[in-house]
Amino acid sequence: MQILVCAGTGCQASLSEELLSQLNSEIEANELENDVQAIRTGCFGFCEQGPIIKIMPDNTFYTQVKPQDATEVIQEHIIKGRRVERLLFTDPETKEKIADSRKMGFYKKQMRIALRNCGFIDPDNIDDAIAKDAYEALGKVVTEMSPEEAIETLKKSGLRGRGGGGFSTGLKWEYAFKNRADQKYVVCNADEGDPGAFMDRSILEGDPHTVLEAMAICGYCIGADKGLIYIRAEYPLAIERLKTAIVQAREYGLLGKSIFGTDFSFDIELKYGAGAFVCGEETALIHSMEGERGEPTVKPPFPAESGFMGRPTNVNNVETFASIPPIYLKGADWFAKIGTNRSTGTKVFALAGKVNNVGLVEVPMGITLRDVIFEIGGGIKNGKKFKAIQTGGPSGGCLTEEHLDTPIEFDTLLAVGSMMGSGGMIVLDEDDCMVEVSKYFLDFTVEESCGKCSPCRIGNKRLHELLEHICKGNAEESDLDRLRNMSTVIKESSLCGLGQTSPNPVLSTLDNFMNEYLAHVIDKKCPAGACKELMNYVISETNCVGCTACARVCPVNAISGERKEPHFIDISVCIKCGACMDKCKFDAISIQ
Amino acid sequence: MSSIKIELRQEDVNKIREICDSFNNDHQELINILHKCQQHFGYLPAEVQEVVSDCSGIPVAKIYGVVTFYSFFTMTPRGKHPISICMGTACYVRGAEKVLDEFVKELGIKAGETSPDGKFSISSLRCVGACGLAPLVLVGDKTYGRVAPDDVKNIIKEYEEL
Repeated sequence: MQILVCAGTGCQASLSEELLSQLNSEIEANELENDVQAIRTGCFGFCEQGPIIKIMPDNTFYTQVKPQDATEVIQEHIIKGRRVERLLFTDPETKEKIADSRKMGFYKKQMRIALRNCGFIDPDNIDDAIAKDAYEALGKVVTEMSPEEAIETLKKSGLRGRGGGGFSTGLKWEYAFKNRADQKYVVCNADEGDPGAFMDRSILEGDPHTVLEAMAICGYCIGADKGLIYIRAEYPLAIERLKTAIVQAREYGLLGKSIFGTDFSFDIELKYGAGAFVCGEETALIHSMEGERGEPTVKPPFPAESGFMGRPTNVNNVETFASIPPIYLKGADWFAKIGTNRSTGTKVFALAGKVNNVGLVEVPMGITLRDVIFEIGGGIKNGKKFKAIQTGGPSGGCLTEEHLDTPIEFDTLLAVGSMMGSGGMIVLDEDDCMVEVSKYFLDFTVEESCGKCSPCRIGNKRLHELLEHICKGNAEESDLDRLRNMSTVIKESSLCGLGQTSPNPVLSTLDNFMNEYLAHVIDKKCPAGACKELMNYVISETNCVGCTACARVCPVNAISGERKEPHFIDISVCIKCGACMDKCKFDAISIQ
Repeated sequence: MSSIKIELRQEDVNKIREICDSFNNDHQELINILHKCQQHFGYLPAEVQEVVSDCSGIPVAKIYGVVTFYSFFTMTPRGKHPISICMGTACYVRGAEKVLDEFVKELGIKAGETSPDGKFSISSLRCVGACGLAPLVLVGDKTYGRVAPDDVKNIIKEYEEL
């Protein structure tokens, strides 16, 4: 029997390492070492319910397991063969306990290609990965296929870049292949800078070998013997696992000289980022790897012509690489049949925000947003009303109720004013103010703009200021036109993808939530009650019993009134901290 | 550059030399050199940058340009217990700003600052990828998940005595 313990970042943060060592000491104490193994694996995806353990072969899925639960799991499940009911997942709707993960709403509609091994193998053990077919595709490609054939297969599969651009991966490889040079490079973009997206990190932490394998395949196809992984310094665990994986792959001869007995050689090195969102753009990323400021340059020349050190370079992101080995094992037709005509295969999304089941989900392209939010995501947290879903991070847009039945594809999302991006999906509910949300994204862009071109450097700052005025009730209706005009100018005149997409959150909320903007500028009200400056705390005379609790907790003495008489808030003094409302036991204080 | 003047000890200078040498003073390795230096000193004051420049031959202006470009590098010393509040979108919509405000209020320092006794510093960071635990706070390497403004006092208390 095996006990798989999730050691992804989310579960580690809720003590899964302690849980693992507790399980191991229980196994030892009961002398079960020969029958039971507790194994550290990558992310199961269901981060909301972490730490998660799964017992194989019977597929029992335990959620929110604490280190002190280890004894019961071993005593009951392993020794006596009885499930620990209280640790099973409870379906939020039917209240039914579900033991088998395959029957859970969260997993039912998922299909795992890029994440196929995450949560099933020990990422620090190459034998585990090999047992799940790691490096088999590499072997097949280098021994049975010519680079041209291998590129053709990839083109036929229809795979498009998962990092945001959605460009055909096969075509990209072909360009790099056709550019002749003494030295070429394969680069893996693991600088996942999108706030709220963690699919690349989970792949690297859960199945690092698949990325190494796909990079080697790419090296063979384009004629490169050197691979570089550009990874964020903020991902220490992923860095450690990659380092271990590279060492093991070299020991097994799967990286290094004459791989699979052929004359193909390939090796991989890590390069560290240092926290700059713009480095997700390929030219900026290449400059950063060269030790420079990560500023983008005009394309052409494309990296495929002149990239790292001026040599032809192919850059793909982690998820794209992770989707490649199965294409060679199962065939381009198999992959092309999944998803839709123009967006084949599956896509990993980081589902987060006001949704019940936060986590990492991989779904076939073409599935609707409704399925993702309500079936897989289990609906909105605390029974609130769905308002919007933000896709594509700071470059994407907010979609509404009317878009819920839109199939998720590269082109359909663009058509409705958002984008696939790297796969962040943040669900927003009725308490979120859409003006505030666009301000949040602009705040991010302003901080991350590299400053090289003026539309992005100055324009985004001005957009942010306008949004701030709106949130504070200092804007007029004409400012909304300025907001739209400026957004369009920034989009059209910025140098790189960052500036060309940064006004998207503003434009899409203007399109879809004009009423909220109007409420802010005309009525000076925030319908969601999120913009502090636009709300007032008031005490209801009928509910207030004059207990003075609120007056005592007020940090600025804005509340006055006699004992046992209704109290009042002096709005000119109130700093809107909300302390009084938290303190009131009689529901007498409300926001207006 | 930062106004605080510090004097590097000879052993610190030697350490920087050692780091630069380990990367063969290669200009391309500047970011890796700076990572190692920050690991050692906790931050990258102007004086450290000057030594890196001496060793590697990279102009100090360029080093300064790189240090200030990347958010991971800092020129001010962080507190003994650096507090980072995740401001990724998932944490933000689940109330991270209120948590940040509470830390600012309790400690009397702003984000990006270090308390006068050098004990705490506050910074916001962009997504550590544990969105299931939003909102998330890191103190040093320790993670606190699903933090509410009311929890802030207790978190600070844990470290006050240390």
